[in-house]
Amino acid sequence: MLAVEILGFEKTYTVGFWRKTKKIGLKSLHLEVNQGEVFGFLGPNGAGKTTTLKLLMGLVFPTAGTARILGRDWRDPWARSRIGFLPEQPYFYDYLTPFELLDYYGSLSGVSPADRRLRIPRLLERVGLADQGWVQLRKFSKGMLQRVGIAQAVLHDPDIVFLDEPMSGLDPIGRREMRDFIQALNKEGKTVFFSTHILSDAEALCHRVAVLSQGELRGTGVVAELVASSRGRMEVIWQGASLAEAAKRLGAECHTAGDTVRAVVDECRLEEILAIVRAQHARLISVNPAGGSLEEYFFQKLGRSSEPE
Amino acid sequence: MTHRIRAIAFNMFREAVRDRILYNLVFFALLLVATAPLLGQISAGVQRVLLINLSLSAISIFGTVISIFLGISLVSKEIERRTLYPVLARPVGRGEFIAGKYLGLAGTLLTNTLAMAVGFYVTLWAVMRHVGRADANILIAIYFILLQFLVIIALSLFFSSFSSPVLSALFALCLFVAGNFAEDLRVFAHSVHGPQSWLALAASYIIPNLASLNVITRVAHDQSISAALVGYNTLYCVLYSVTTLCGAALIFSRRNLK
Amino acid sequence: MSRCSTMVVACLLSSCLIASFFVAAKVEAVSPTSSMEDVLFISSPEFAKRVSLGYSGLLADIYWMRVVQYFGNKHLKDSMQYKSLAPLLDITTTLDPNLVVAYEWGSTFLDQPPPAGAGDDAAAIDLIRKGIRNNPNNWYLYFTMGFIQYTGQHDYLAAARSFEGGSHVPNANPVLKRMAARMLTDAGSPETARSMWESIYEESDDQDLKKNAELHLACLVIDDEVPKLQQVVSEFQKRFGRMPDSWRELVSVGALRGIPLDPEGNPYILSSSGRVVVSNPKRFPFIHEGKPS
Repeated sequence: MLAVEILGFEKTYTVGFWRKTKKIGLKSLHLEVNQGEVFGFLGPNGAGKTTTLKLLMGLVFPTAGTARILGRDWRDPWARSRIGFLPEQPYFYDYLTPFELLDYYGSLSGVSPADRRLRIPRLLERVGLADQGWVQLRKFSKGMLQRVGIAQAVLHDPDIVFLDEPMSGLDPIGRREMRDFIQALNKEGKTVFFSTHILSDAEALCHRVAVLSQGELRGTGVVAELVASSRGRMEVIWQGASLAEAAKRLGAECHTAGDTVRAVVDECRLEEILAIVRAQHARLISVNPAGGSLEEYFFQKLGRSSEPE
Repeated sequence: MTHRIRAIAFNMFREAVRDRILYNLVFFALLLVATAPLLGQISAGVQRVLLINLSLSAISIFGTVISIFLGISLVSKEIERRTLYPVLARPVGRGEFIAGKYLGLAGTLLTNTLAMAVGFYVTLWAVMRHVGRADANILIAIYFILLQFLVIIALSLFFSSFSSPVLSALFALCLFVAGNFAEDLRVFAHSVHGPQSWLALAASYIIPNLASLNVITRVAHDQSISAALVGYNTLYCVLYSVTTLCGAALIFSRRNLK
Repeated sequence: MSRCSTMVVACLLSSCLIASFFVAAKVEAVSPTSSMEDVLFISSPEFAKRVSLGYSGLLADIYWMRVVQYFGNKHLKDSMQYKSLAPLLDITTTLDPNLVVAYEWGSTFLDQPPPAGAGDDAAAIDLIRKGIRNNPNNWYLYFTMGFIQYTGQHDYLAAARSFEGGSHVPNANPVLKRMAARMLTDAGSPETARSMWESIYEESDDQDLKKNAELHLACLVIDDEVPKLQQVVSEFQKRFGRMPDSWRELVSVGALRGIPLDPEGNPYILSSSGRVVVSNPKRFPFIHEGKPS
C-alpha cells in the first residue's frame, strides 16, 4: 500500500471580482509516495508545492482529481488522524504556552489525556524546548516556533509527516537539528514528505524527489540513481599552486587563489590528480563531489541549463 | 466528536479570558458605582426602577458589543492568521469547529453575565436594603438577555465564516437593530398589499425577533412575564441559532483557506 | 524616550488638559443658550421610542431625571414659564408608559399656577388621562385626576366622577369613596381641601409631591388664620376707633394670646392700614388671604 497517492489533483483559482480570470495553481498532478521513504518535493517559489500540501490537508478543495492516503480517501478522518502537518511559517495561538498548545492539539487528534501527559514533556525535550514549556508563544522566536511546529506534527505518532519548507527561518544549528530529526523520524518507520527549494537538504535526506514548476510535475526520481547518473565530477582542493598546470593537463578545471588550488575533474581522473598531489608532498585539503548532482537534475527538469561553476 | 467540540470551546473561552475581555466587568462595576450619586436626586420609588433599567440595559449592551466584536473574528481571524491550518489538518470537521467556537463564546458570555448579575443584585441590596420575591422576576429578564446573546453570537459567527471582520460587524449590528423592529416590520407587512407585503413579511421572519426578548422595563415595574413567553422565546432562539449555525457550517465547509 | 523628555511631555499633557477644561467652560458661557429643541434632544416621542431600541425604559428614566432637573432649575430662578415641561413629560411617558411617578408628579406641577408650576391644566389633564390609559389599575392616578379637576379646574362633578371611578379599582384606598362623596356635598370647604392634601401627603412616595402637599397645607392654615386675625383687628377698630399699632397692643388688650406666627414660624405683619399680611408671600404661593396688595 502506498503512503500517498495523488490522482490528478487540479486547482484553478478565479481571481478578480468583476472580470474573473482563471489562475492555474496546479495542473493535473499524479504522484506516488512509498511508505517508509523520505520524499522531497522540489520546486521554485510559486511552483504549487504549498498548494499541493494544502489540498492533501483538506484546507483547500481541488477543482478536479482525488488522492489516497494509506489507501483511504484523503478526506477520510481516519487518514487525517494518521498524518501530521507542519505548515510553512506556522502561526499558533500566541496566548497559549507550548504545553497548552500541544495539549489542545493532542486532544483534537484523539490522543488520550494520559498519553498527552506522558508524551508532551518528552516531546518538548526532544525538540529542545524543555525550559520554555510554560512561556507564552507570543514570546517565541521564529526558530522556536518551528520547533513547536514539528512537535505538534508528530505528537500523535502519525504514520506520515508532511512538512512545508521545514528549514525556512532556521539558523545553521536549527537546520542541522531539523535534518537529524527528519532522519530520526524516518528511522522510526515514518514516511516523511517535505517540500523545499534547498536542494542540498533534499540530496542529503531524500530517497526520492519530485520536481514541480508552474503547477506542473516535471519529473520524479530516486536520488541515489540521479546522483549516480550525473556527470560525477570531483572537486579537489590542495595547497600548491605550482601543481595547477599539471592538473590542467589532466583535464581539470583549476581555480587558484593564493597558494590554494581548487580543481574540478572527472571522477575517472581523480586518482591521477591525487597521485600528483601526493608525489609533490602538497597539502591536500579536501576531496568532494563537485556541485550538487541533484542541482543538475533540478535545472534540467526546469528546462534551464545548469549554472556555470 | 463531542470531546473535540469541547476542546475547541474551552480553548475559545481561554482565549477570551486571556484577551482580557473580562475586564469589561470592571467598567460595569464602575458604572454601578457612578450612578450612586444620581440615585440621591430622585425619589425612592424610581430608584429601584432606574437601577434595574440601568443595570440590565448595561448588561445587554456590553454583552451585545462583546458578542459582536468577538464573534466577527472567530473564523476570519483564524483564517487570516493561519492558526487554523494545524487545527483543520487534524481530524476536526469544519462543522465541529464552528460548534466549538460557538459554545466557547456562548460560555464566555454566560460567565460574564452571571458575574454582572451578581454585581447587580449586590447593588440592589445595597441601595434598597431589601431583596425580595419581586426581584427574582428580574432573573427572567437576564435569561432573555442571554438568549439574545445566543442569537447574536450565532449571527456574528455566520458572517465571520465568509466575510471580513469589518463587514461582519456591520451586518451583525444592522441585524441587531433591525431585530428590535421585527415586530413592527410584521405589522407593516400585514398593513400593506402587493409585493412589498411579501418582502416585508419574509424580512420580518428572517430578521431575528429580538424585541420580544427585551422585558427590562416590564420587570422594572414588577409586571409578570408569562411562562408561555419564556418557553416560546427559548424555543425560538434555539431554533434560530441552530439554523444560523448550520448555515455557517455549510458555508465554512466549502471555504478554501488562503 | 529619555526621562527628561518624558517629564516634559507629561507636563505638557497635564497643563493642556487642565487648560482645556477652563476654556471649555468659557466656550459654553459664550455659546448661545439651548433652545427647546436642544432641551428635548428628540422632539418626537414616538421617534425617541424607536431610536431607543429595547432600552426605552432606561431612556425614560434619563428623561425623567432631566424633567426634575429642568423644573428644579427653572423654579430656582422663579421662572414664570415652563414651556418644555409638557413635551418632556410626554417623551418620558411615551418611553415608559408605566412610569407612574411621572404622571403623578407631572400633572401636579403642570397644573399649579406659575411660578410653582406651568399653570397648564389642559396639559395636566391630558397627561393624567394618558397615565390612566396605560395603568388602569393604579387607583392613585384616578385620585390625582380628581384632585386636578378639583383644585385646578374647580370642576367638582368631574372630580367626583374620577374619585368614584378610581374607587372601583381593585385594592383602591377608601379615601377615594370619601372624596367622591365630599365633592358632591362639601366641595368648596377648606376642610375638603385639607383632607385632599393630607391624603396626598400620606400616599405619595415622591419627596417633591410630599413637600408640595405640605406647602399647600401650610397655605390652607394661613388662609384659615388670616381672616380670623383680620376679624380680631376689625374688632379692635370697632372698640377703640383706630387700627392697632402692633400685635403687642392686641396682646395687651387681651385680644390675642401671643404674637401670631405663620406656619414657618415668622410673625404676620400688621400693616398700618390694618391689613394682615404674610411676611414672606413668596414662600406661600398658594395663599388667597394675607397677600400684600
